[in-house]
Amino acid sequence: MSAFWRVVWIVAKKDLAIEARSRELLNTTVFFALSCVIVFSVSFVGEGGDGRALGDAAAGILWIAIAFSGTLALGRTFERERYGDTLRALLLAPGARPAVYVGKLVGVVGLLLATEIIIVPLVALLFQARLFDHTLLLAALLGFGTVGFACVGTLFAAMLGRARSRDVLLPILLYPVTIPVMIAGVRGTAALIQPTPQLDMARLWIMLLLSFDVVFLTLSLWTFESVMTE
Amino acid sequence: MRKAFVPLLAVAGFIFMTAPILVTRAPYESTMGLVQKIFYFHMPPAMLMLLSAIFCGIISAIELIRKRPVYDWIAYAAAELTVLYGALAMVTGPLWARKAWGVWWVWDPRLTMSLLLWMVFVSYLLLRRYGGPGSETLAAGLAVFGMATSPFVYLSVNIWRTIHPLTTVVPTLPVDFALPLWYAFTGFLLLYIALMTLRVRIEEQRALVDQLYLESEE
Amino acid sequence: MSVDFLDLSIRELSRHFGRRRALSRLSLECRAGEIVGLLGPNGAGKSTLLAIVSTLAAPSSGELRYGGRTAHEIGAVLRARIGVLSHDLHLYSELTALENLVFFGRLYGVPDPETVAARALERARLADRGADLVSGFSRGMRQRLALERALLHNPRLLLLDEPFTGLDDASTVALIARLRELRSSGCITLLATHDLDVAEVVLDRAVILQDGKLVAIEPDVRGLRKRYQERLSAGARP
Repeated sequence: MSAFWRVVWIVAKKDLAIEARSRELLNTTVFFALSCVIVFSVSFVGEGGDGRALGDAAAGILWIAIAFSGTLALGRTFERERYGDTLRALLLAPGARPAVYVGKLVGVVGLLLATEIIIVPLVALLFQARLFDHTLLLAALLGFGTVGFACVGTLFAAMLGRARSRDVLLPILLYPVTIPVMIAGVRGTAALIQPTPQLDMARLWIMLLLSFDVVFLTLSLWTFESVMTE
Repeated sequence: MRKAFVPLLAVAGFIFMTAPILVTRAPYESTMGLVQKIFYFHMPPAMLMLLSAIFCGIISAIELIRKRPVYDWIAYAAAELTVLYGALAMVTGPLWARKAWGVWWVWDPRLTMSLLLWMVFVSYLLLRRYGGPGSETLAAGLAVFGMATSPFVYLSVNIWRTIHPLTTVVPTLPVDFALPLWYAFTGFLLLYIALMTLRVRIEEQRALVDQLYLESEE
Repeated sequence: MSVDFLDLSIRELSRHFGRRRALSRLSLECRAGEIVGLLGPNGAGKSTLLAIVSTLAAPSSGELRYGGRTAHEIGAVLRARIGVLSHDLHLYSELTALENLVFFGRLYGVPDPETVAARALERARLADRGADLVSGFSRGMRQRLALERALLHNPRLLLLDEPFTGLDDASTVALIARLRELRSSGCITLLATHDLDVAEVVLDRAVILQDGKLVAIEPDVRGLRKRYQERLSAGARP
């Protein structure tokens, strides 16, 4: 068991080391998320002085930005493993192959969480949304939601590794399957920023996200070896 | 299985030819009148789409474990039929809904789940078509994940939409309606099986041709 | 827990992608302490064979046994005894040479990876470039580094795909010497190459593939260049 986590740690640390050097993924992902938020805000902010977003659009904009920038980040993460065909090198290592999956997953989740740390305050600012009144619940929503999205995304991005049309196929495959994450994330966040926050609803959505995470992490671990064998 | 195709098609054809008789003779539903009769051609495809999706998911899971080509053929056929029947349901559904409820679409749990499931299988077909070699295994993974996400979609939309209750609800089914419904359902089911056998046979023949091609160069 | 084996047995191995046949009923036996060459034109199936033997790909039919046991029976630890030098080199351009070696050393559970990596750098004659990013290396330098990466964990089975491409004479000589060393320590080496002159010098046996089929096994590699052309034009009848 500890051999498994050792491999996870080694892979994740390597991704961190590469990223720390250039910060390319972090910078581009964060900036892309920012652009998403701004573009969507322009579309959804209503008429009138206070610039409030229509309805719960703030929550929606946040999660769409996460989904879009997440898709790009996934594509880029596995693009890196294509240069020297290093993904196959990782699969050749003696440990259990799912450990490689978890190692990459840790990197992707870390990247997305770092992005969220920057865009969540931005969304709160732009839409006067009181996101930080219940920081713990918000963190749980974002945390479990990000893990659920990344967990399916990492598997799909890895398995599309050298497929044709992989850039467009990733979102095509990923978005329908992760719709529950989007619904739960958006509705949960919206519940938090209501004039009277609905904490119970938010907790319910968090539970849904948690069960999604458990189911899909398990499924991914089971199927990883199978889909990665040529 | 091969020989069943023509008889299946014949029986299905007979059912479709005679179904309108039963449908006409079925009583009118109180609020919706004539329009409700689309239901007999809407519900069977909708139900079969869901069953077909589950079937594809299960076969794909087996395919990932056992990796025999025949599972791949069946999964591919099931995915195509899911998309076909889903398209049928989603054309007849809104037509009925518009007349019966006044709206083309509602975001209720069942509809949303069906829509998402349909989209998953459309993306399955896109993957098979445009993904290049090796996409059989990838598609099998997708089918399994698609099936796994459906209960979550249903649940999440259920929680979401119960806050805003629907203005109309699909009625429960009195006995008089049941006969034409199940008659039509049987027709669609037999058609499904007939198309499935045909499609699997096509894949089988294709594999056979590939095999002959390979052997001819030995 | 470790595993070891002294022979590699390939029986009736086939791999096809729909209509395209990559390998067709290939049979081959290899023993510890020999260097077997895989020769043949592009598309002959050399890379596919190496991919299957390395456990990255699965065959369509046939059997592959490592010391009498299949990969499935042995499990993931089998990969600890296999080293691969692929065409794409398996190196991270964004890491330094030393970091690459240490990373793979750790991944393979090599004890004291830093020391082993430093020694490997010396063998690759890159000791002075250890702290430089691989992105700045020439093809030949990367090749030398990639070879050392493949050998870090003392594999029993070494799979090399075109290892002599892009090497200068000095490096070629060094690689040949290294392969001979490995042979005497009992390594099984499967080497795919286009370079017939080097093949004559380094191989114990040569296996000629064409269109996925095994066309000839040459137990004696002297005069290989001449016989190679003859074998290929003779086609499918060995």
